[in-house]
Amino acid sequence: MADENGKPKTKLLDELEKGPWPSFVTEIKKTSDVSPMCDDLMGQLELSYEERKGHWKHGGIVGVLGYGGGVIGRYSDIPEQFPKVAHFHTIRVNQPSGWFYTSDALRTLCGIWERHGSGLTNMHGSTGDLVFLGTKTDELEPAFAELTAAGFDLGGSGSCMRTPSACVGPARCEWACYDTLKLCNDLTQAYQDELHRPPFPYKFKIKCSGCPNDCVAAVARADLSVIGIWKDDIQQDDKAVSEYAAAGLNIQKDVCDKCPSRCMSWDGGKLTIENRECVRCMHCINVMPKALQPGKERGAALLIGSKAPIVAGALLSSVLVPFVPAEELLDTIQELVKRIWEFWDEYGKNRERVGELIQRVGMANFLDAIGLDPAPEMVSAPRDNPYIFFQKEEAK
Amino acid sequence: MPTFEVNSHQYDVDEDGFLQEPGIWNQDVACDFATTEGVEQLTEAHWKVINYLRNYYLQFGIAPMIRKLCKETGFKLNEIYQLFPSGPAKGACKLAGLPKPTGCV
Repeated sequence: MADENGKPKTKLLDELEKGPWPSFVTEIKKTSDVSPMCDDLMGQLELSYEERKGHWKHGGIVGVLGYGGGVIGRYSDIPEQFPKVAHFHTIRVNQPSGWFYTSDALRTLCGIWERHGSGLTNMHGSTGDLVFLGTKTDELEPAFAELTAAGFDLGGSGSCMRTPSACVGPARCEWACYDTLKLCNDLTQAYQDELHRPPFPYKFKIKCSGCPNDCVAAVARADLSVIGIWKDDIQQDDKAVSEYAAAGLNIQKDVCDKCPSRCMSWDGGKLTIENRECVRCMHCINVMPKALQPGKERGAALLIGSKAPIVAGALLSSVLVPFVPAEELLDTIQELVKRIWEFWDEYGKNRERVGELIQRVGMANFLDAIGLDPAPEMVSAPRDNPYIFFQKEEAK
Repeated sequence: MPTFEVNSHQYDVDEDGFLQEPGIWNQDVACDFATTEGVEQLTEAHWKVINYLRNYYLQFGIAPMIRKLCKETGFKLNEIYQLFPSGPAKGACKLAGLPKPTGCV
């Protein structure tokens, strides 16, 4: 199975090194010089490709004292053949808000992982966490001790509040309608118990996007999506609009005609926006960033219920609170989350996400339970859907 | 199959150290497994949790949900972690001789 250098033969995996894009195979092979686990990792994966069958067992329970999550147990089902990856646990490390690191911090993290694990990382996992791939049970506590000494903590796994994540927000983006980085950090600090000691029927994710472009895909993945939005009019610089037109931008075709609510018109010299009809899709702002900007009255919309398809199918979030001013966000979210958790904890089935619970009991019952009144913004197309329920006697 | 040896007792366990044969459980088993989960001495509070888990498992064949465990034993979740530092799933269930709880990562 091995070539003359003692490296495993990886005929199928080598195919993944071809082409102009980065390859995880190349990266793992490079790391194999410093990390002996990598050869067995490649060997087992090649075997999986040959047999079209995974060789990781499902559902190990390992961890560090005091925490109920943060480590995902992985064991090979053929440890005799690949002893160096008999254990190959993953550690999730809570990322800094917006994924900003100093070079020193990155070196420290990589150093810790070369001492206590395979040296392989995933920067970052789709949860947002920094993912340390591959270690033995005995190395978990020492790795955790070094991480905490360096100022890092584990992220969430299992039926807990998962590590909150946020887009880069106001650090690099003028469209951020609230401070996503601060909110993400505040929520992380506020919910340390729920993050590290899984209390729920299933996972609960909060993701913070600064504007409706939604760079962390909160609307598709977070049980509670916090998406920046403005309440007043789009800020418009007419001179800059003319400059775009002069530079060759077809404003009618590429801006007005693409507006989903057709709220813009262009007469060849002046762009007029009917702001009351605007659905905050961001298209015009994305096309003409120098001319248009989100309004000045900024905050966020809170949406509930999205999830990826694991147990049941995928869901997108739907609007729960249409607008919360930026300065009231943290308090509002904490109050809302408290009520949502109480209801979900009481009525949620094992491994039922909050979005699935809402589907099962109905949005009306859910709103009633958390003490919110229904609002037209909760309906995807209120203009097409009169949103009026006639009682039987009224319909005669 | 790995084995776990302590106090001259020997148990067949899975790779995470959970008892393979739940039927052989008795109180000595809980004391033996306590040594691996950071539990120094089993107090009345520990036994309350262990016995609840044990009885629930014998009745329903699975481990209870966390909320139910807290409600029925009267312990808050962080109190359970104080009793069993490795947590209700890895710690308390292991001492109660339950097979490894399944769940999503």
